[in-house]
Amino acid sequence: MVQALNSALDVMLARDPDVLIFGEDVGYFGGVFRVTDGLQKKHGLTRCFDAPIAEGGIVAAAIGMGAYGLRPVVEIQFADYIYPAYDQLVSEAARLRYRSAGDFFAPLTVRTPYGGGIFGGQTHSQSPEALFTHVAGLKTVVPSNPHDAKGLLIAAIEDDDPVMFFEPKRLYNGPFDGWHDKPVEPWSKHPASDVPEGHYVVPLGKAAIARAGADVTILAYGTMVHVALAAAAHAEVDAEVIDLRTLVPLDLESIVASVEKTGRCVIVHEATRTSGFGAELAALVQEHCFYALEAPIARVAGWDTPYPHAFEWEYFPGPKRVADALRAVMAA
Amino acid sequence: MTNATKLSLHVPAPKARPGDPVDFSPLTPPPAGALGRPDIAVHAEDTRDHARGLIRVLNDEGEAVGAWNPRLNAEVLREGLRAMMLTRAFDDRMFRMQRQGKTSFYMKCTGEEAVACAAALALPRDDMCFPTYRQQGMLIARAYPLVRMMNHIYSNAADPNRGRQMPVHYTAKAYGFFSISGNLATQFPQAVGWAMASAYKGDTRIATAYIGDGSTSEGDFHQALTFASVYRAPVILNIVNNQWAISSFQGFAGAGESTFAARGLGYGLPSLRVDGNDFLAVFAATQWAAERARANLGATVIEHYTYRAAPHSTSDDPTRYRPAEEAEKWPLGDPIERLKKHLIARGEWSEAKHKALDKQVVEEVRAAGKESEAIGTLGQSRPSVKEMFEDVYKDQPWHLRRQRQELGV
Ligand SMILES: Cc1ncc(C[n+]2csc(CCOP(=O)(O)OP(=O)(O)O)c2C)c(N)n1
Ligand SMILES: [Mg+2]
Repeated sequence: MVQALNSALDVMLARDPDVLIFGEDVGYFGGVFRVTDGLQKKHGLTRCFDAPIAEGGIVAAAIGMGAYGLRPVVEIQFADYIYPAYDQLVSEAARLRYRSAGDFFAPLTVRTPYGGGIFGGQTHSQSPEALFTHVAGLKTVVPSNPHDAKGLLIAAIEDDDPVMFFEPKRLYNGPFDGWHDKPVEPWSKHPASDVPEGHYVVPLGKAAIARAGADVTILAYGTMVHVALAAAAHAEVDAEVIDLRTLVPLDLESIVASVEKTGRCVIVHEATRTSGFGAELAALVQEHCFYALEAPIARVAGWDTPYPHAFEWEYFPGPKRVADALRAVMAA
Repeated sequence: MTNATKLSLHVPAPKARPGDPVDFSPLTPPPAGALGRPDIAVHAEDTRDHARGLIRVLNDEGEAVGAWNPRLNAEVLREGLRAMMLTRAFDDRMFRMQRQGKTSFYMKCTGEEAVACAAALALPRDDMCFPTYRQQGMLIARAYPLVRMMNHIYSNAADPNRGRQMPVHYTAKAYGFFSISGNLATQFPQAVGWAMASAYKGDTRIATAYIGDGSTSEGDFHQALTFASVYRAPVILNIVNNQWAISSFQGFAGAGESTFAARGLGYGLPSLRVDGNDFLAVFAATQWAAERARANLGATVIEHYTYRAAPHSTSDDPTRYRPAEEAEKWPLGDPIERLKKHLIARGEWSEAKHKALDKQVVEEVRAAGKESEAIGTLGQSRPSVKEMFEDVYKDQPWHLRRQRQELGV
């Protein structure tokens, strides 16, 4: 997935002189997760460069550049460090178009690794996507595999609105289905690792069916898509797994079509449960599919605690917990 | 406008990258003892030279010279030397343990030991220090049990942080050591608040805060200086300039155009730039700033000029972004070697004693290691899983109780 993201950035730098990349350690070094590796060398010092450790400054500068007419792509080294930029994102990037009645807008893309599974403790594991889906004016994207990561990132960069692009860091170097005792698998064995060269787009606002099934719909994104697939296998349930890919704007049509077919719905995310994006999904499913539902909607999420170092796998909502929810929903 | 200059974007770059020759000659340090020691009631503007120069006490011969010589007795110096050596031995072992898979992460402060160890001995422990992850030397200098530090690093059943934090995020209120945050710079304005509270209560205690060169770019750094200036807070604001912030050289924090200490002048705060590898200079500057704070004269900014000889962390490989021989060629030397030389020059130390002490600190760390590893390393032993749900709030609300029950713990 790292190479796919790198390729998306490479393609866009080559295609559009108005695209530029900056962030902490992304220039010469190529980023702490290597996503921008080689880009400075290939495209030049002013196309991909390091930034001061100031997330608020990084986003603010990107807004200014966006207002000028550039398409900045900035990296926040870990989503856990995005909060100093929150005001610039919420009050500024999200509302610039609205408050100026279209006079100004800022087409920036904010890439940031998120999520757990790497023993990173509370400052390298968080999933703060709901803090952004709650904000009118921001789009929020979460890829789950290399093919989508590249196509979605290109779509995000080409989009004229500010896009939050959350990269599941546990998926950077291989699919991870939550069975943490199993040997790590590389992406190369996965069908979605087939990444076309050059420019292509996976449109924002379109979900994918990761597994077609008849009995229950699982709504997931990012790492949890793989966990959901593993859980369905573990529980031996014919689940339909929907990979949302974009949280805002959401592909409600695909969700409704699936739940109307299956009559059951389990929602999973790594983020803390209370006011998580799952709450929004549950409300929508209830509003749109109430008469098709044969069981209460279930949510499997991170516990409402900070992400703890020693309890990584008790915290992480792995396939066992998701399978339990599937069985409960099937029994209801 | 027809003749207007075409603008171009400036992006700074360090002098040397891997493969390039290292030339620190432009950094040739000024002689020790050159700068005067101003009265503690000094006006910020009158510390201009101190903010742009370099306060040094130890000269190349290992003698302590000039007005900043803190005239410490040999016992304190030997204590400082021992603390620095113990810190280095501790770092070496824990780095190795991470490499052996016994924990997830570790960070060394190699080459920067004087910064934390001298301050720890210059200040009483009822002052409150707001550290970064690179001031472990402060705990070690104050004889915080090594085994407890290790228990934390291993997240084992005896971890003082109860398995909740990544390694090296110590907390030790009784040692005047605030809980370390992983979010850079946040502690800097908090220290100012602690100092304001002390002033508000008519207390006599002061606060001291640390921040890395790279982290001075955060808004929190500037807010700290503003608040410290506005409320004349009794706080020492230390910037540890170890030249690097992961792969970013100090130029990305604006050091190409000025010094970090000089930032303080703009806020009206007396500011010092200190040879951070000179134990005596760090001690003296800390004492001076503490005197000022205790006399109700307000805050001081101190830049400690040093070099991060180690990788940023166990996740880092510095050979990818800086020449490997930089550390060795660092013109300010090594803090342990320099203090050792001074003690020997004073006739208070010897090569033989140094060797013996080196063995002793390694043995002390090894013994603590055995004790901690007997409790367990990461994954072998840990606090009870139900502690995951505790201390989120003072009292556990119903929803956390329900979640704990759902997990079955
Ligand atoms: C708010 C925030 N942004 C980014 C990071 C990631 N990060 C951890 S350490 C570090 C470099 C810090 O450099 P510096 O302040 O110079 O301290 P040093 O590590 O050199 O002691 C970065 C960017 C973080 N921990 N917090
Ligand atoms: Mg630094």
